[in-house]
Amino acid sequence: MAEIVALRPHDDAARPVPVETDKGILRFLTCGSVDDGKSTLIGRLLLDTKKLFDDQLASLEKDSRRFGTVGDDMDLALLVDGLEAEREQGITIDVAYRFFATEKRKFIVADTPGHEQYTRNMATGASTADLAVLLIDARKGILNQTRRHATIAAMLGIRHVVLAINKIDLVDYDRVVYDRIVAAFDADASHYGFASRVAIPISARHGDNVGERSESMPWYRGPTLLEHLEGIDLSVDVTASRPFRFPVQWVNRPDLTFRGYAGTIAAGTIRAGDDIVVARTGQQATVSRIVTYDGDVRSASADEAVTLTLDREIDLSRGDILATPAARPDVSDQFAAHLIWMADEAMLPGRPYLMKIGTRTVGAAITELKHKVEIETLKPLAAKTLALNDIGFANLSLAEPIAFDSYEDNRTTGAFILIDRFTNATVAAGMIRFGLSRATNIHRQALDVDKAARAGAKGQKPAVLWFTGLSGSGKSTIANLVEKKLHLMGRHTYLLDGDNVRHGLNRDLGFTDADRVENIRRVAETAKLFVDAGLIVLVSFISPFRAERQLARDLVAEGEFVEIFVDTPLEVAEARDVKGLYKKAREGKIKNFTGIDSPYEAPLTPDIRLDTSIGDAEAQADRIVDYLIERGYSAA
Amino acid sequence: MPAQLPPHLRRLEAEAIFIMREVVANFENPVMLYSIGKDSSVMLHLAMKAFHPAKPPFPLLHVDTTWKFREMIAFRDETVKRLGLDIKVHTNQEGKAAGINPFDHGSSNYTQVMKTEALKQALDAGGYDAAFGGARRDEEKSRAKERVFSFRSAHHGWDPKNQRPELWSLYNTRIRTGETIRVFPLSNWTELDIWQYIAAENIPIVPLYFAAERPVVARNGQLIMADDQRMRLLPGEKVEMRRVRFRTLGCYPLTAAVESDADTLDAIVEEMFLATTSERQGRLIDHDESGSMEKKKREGYF
Repeated sequence: MAEIVALRPHDDAARPVPVETDKGILRFLTCGSVDDGKSTLIGRLLLDTKKLFDDQLASLEKDSRRFGTVGDDMDLALLVDGLEAEREQGITIDVAYRFFATEKRKFIVADTPGHEQYTRNMATGASTADLAVLLIDARKGILNQTRRHATIAAMLGIRHVVLAINKIDLVDYDRVVYDRIVAAFDADASHYGFASRVAIPISARHGDNVGERSESMPWYRGPTLLEHLEGIDLSVDVTASRPFRFPVQWVNRPDLTFRGYAGTIAAGTIRAGDDIVVARTGQQATVSRIVTYDGDVRSASADEAVTLTLDREIDLSRGDILATPAARPDVSDQFAAHLIWMADEAMLPGRPYLMKIGTRTVGAAITELKHKVEIETLKPLAAKTLALNDIGFANLSLAEPIAFDSYEDNRTTGAFILIDRFTNATVAAGMIRFGLSRATNIHRQALDVDKAARAGAKGQKPAVLWFTGLSGSGKSTIANLVEKKLHLMGRHTYLLDGDNVRHGLNRDLGFTDADRVENIRRVAETAKLFVDAGLIVLVSFISPFRAERQLARDLVAEGEFVEIFVDTPLEVAEARDVKGLYKKAREGKIKNFTGIDSPYEAPLTPDIRLDTSIGDAEAQADRIVDYLIERGYSAA
Repeated sequence: MPAQLPPHLRRLEAEAIFIMREVVANFENPVMLYSIGKDSSVMLHLAMKAFHPAKPPFPLLHVDTTWKFREMIAFRDETVKRLGLDIKVHTNQEGKAAGINPFDHGSSNYTQVMKTEALKQALDAGGYDAAFGGARRDEEKSRAKERVFSFRSAHHGWDPKNQRPELWSLYNTRIRTGETIRVFPLSNWTELDIWQYIAAENIPIVPLYFAAERPVVARNGQLIMADDQRMRLLPGEKVEMRRVRFRTLGCYPLTAAVESDADTLDAIVEEMFLATTSERQGRLIDHDESGSMEKKKREGYF
């Protein structure tokens, strides 16, 4: 599984000197449970790369005597636990960034807290990291917190993980313990999808297999931690080969002769002469110059900060994304995303937040929390809200469409933060999974005067009474009687009748299956609006298909849909033939007639089934009214 | 061309440029703290790059304690003239009138009045909503936890336990009236990065960084340069010429020199690799007590 390039043994005696093979920067984070030794490990890395100066060591000795937790030894954790409160409490309460270098690489390490309540800080450290060092206490093995951190690391797009099985000295350098922990991790590994996983038995306190190879574990033949960090090949992750993305950061207009678009390339490569497109508007142009302080360049790639000029004037400002016309980002005002909630105040669906994505800031609301993610197992859990450190999967709706990629495709154009409009606090981090088409999945924002308030004023509970049955079954007659009775009782009602609606709203629809579905969809949506207005809505439609009746039921809340099956056998209805339609259908003058040459799918479990062979229409209507009073839809 | 920069410096350079542009795009009235030292020189050089062909669209601000090395002031004036930039110089006039100095009032009091208070006065007077500083996370433990965009209350206070989470390069720039943000584009640079970048980009720096014969006094194991006649000697002290240079620059009575022969950038970089003390060793104000930097920062120090 692990991809390890050839390694040069770490030359312990020499101080690091820069050489030609500069591999750039590796950003990594250390994570793991409380007391697994994260800060000690970083202290050890600093010590082993000779990054510590004499005055720092002297101050460490002083601090060790005062705060130390390891007897007479130097407490390496004190090097990195910077804030006074942390030193007093002996825990790390915030992300600390540390720096060291070897002859091959410069390292930036984020030391993140192990306490569960500080998950947000771990996510912060992970957001800029290429690799995660997951510390595991050899005595404890894989804990829930280990899984949690592996999940967060994977969710934030970290592709490489190191299992640093620490305190191996405390289990007598036992290979069995190591093997067991690695096997336990690998059992879950498919969840995470890391590109590489390397497991190294270490003792951060004594230095085994950190910077120096351990004498105590001849059974371990892999690299030391430092060798691995120096050697790991990140070229598989390079964004330079992906489609060009350039979030415009600032428009540079020093005078009338120059108009440049400054920004940092988020992915891909651009050359002077290349065509680009403004993702949001579809406007195209050609790149004239790539301007830098050091002179124009012919091409520029991911992570470079440049200024582009174009061959023509187009509508383009901060927040727009320039892209290659051949592979454009999505443009939508709705998408589904993972959210990590970072504020003490819980997430509220429908509440307006500000979303910052790339260089753009736009109004946003969480329209629907699909589920919360149980982080140890990645199982979805039903939830109405997210609390601090919760992770959820949600639909978001924006004030206007934006251009974006999925986070998986691009960590810059697929990541966002949510900002509270009133406190300006950063309340959440988000990773876009996919865009949603317009007009689906949109949920209206909660209003002060709501459905319950409107209905309460009328002494009723809003509902759809959905009458279904064959043509001529008596639906409209019964529905009409029910409405009259409710009206006399002072209830506020509205009747949507199939024939009447087809003269207006649905006059453009025929009787094909597709048109019947659309017919029902429109009626169901209309019924929903009336329900929202607090009304009792009577819908009298043949509505022959179960799926569409289910769609109508799903549009309103539970308990707001009463399916009434007017159960009149075909032969009875056909014998009545009030409108002479069966006759025409039999003669072939009407196509797709329900019951004749188009199917009727009878309800399997209607809320009310009316057997029209027993009692007249008046009696059937009474039965429905009684039902409504009984169930509290109407006062008596 | 940037192509000749090593990859890690290219990445740091691009990050700093992004941060600077983000400030200019989001704030109405930014300012750049210019302390004349090597970090400020790098920061200024990056600003020239970030907004090219425009000039940096903000003024520089220098808080002058009146105790800076004379060569620093000369270098400052020469630099702004050479680059054609706007600079505001502020001194705490009340402190100056009261004769606050590092000899009589102790480094801690002196720093509070002539640096921290002076800085707050200048920021308030200018109505700046964002201020760039050249601080690096590798300098000191409490710096290691500071955000790139570091929120300050209306009274310039820093609350280390209530910092905004900072993910990716999505900096939250939202503030209310009166609140400010301190921005640190060099957060992820180390002292070595700074020197390598100065060498690679040929950035002018104050000559005090290069070794030369200078008049110094040995005091408490530190070498203090007698930069002008205000230098006070304790009984038994005498000024002697030694070959020294400075790793960090500030107020001359509070900034220790190191003995060195490094009189070129290459020699300085080489010396960096062999150094066994941190640069802040030369800053006397850091040694008052453990955790003193965090305390000063909470009060508004940069």
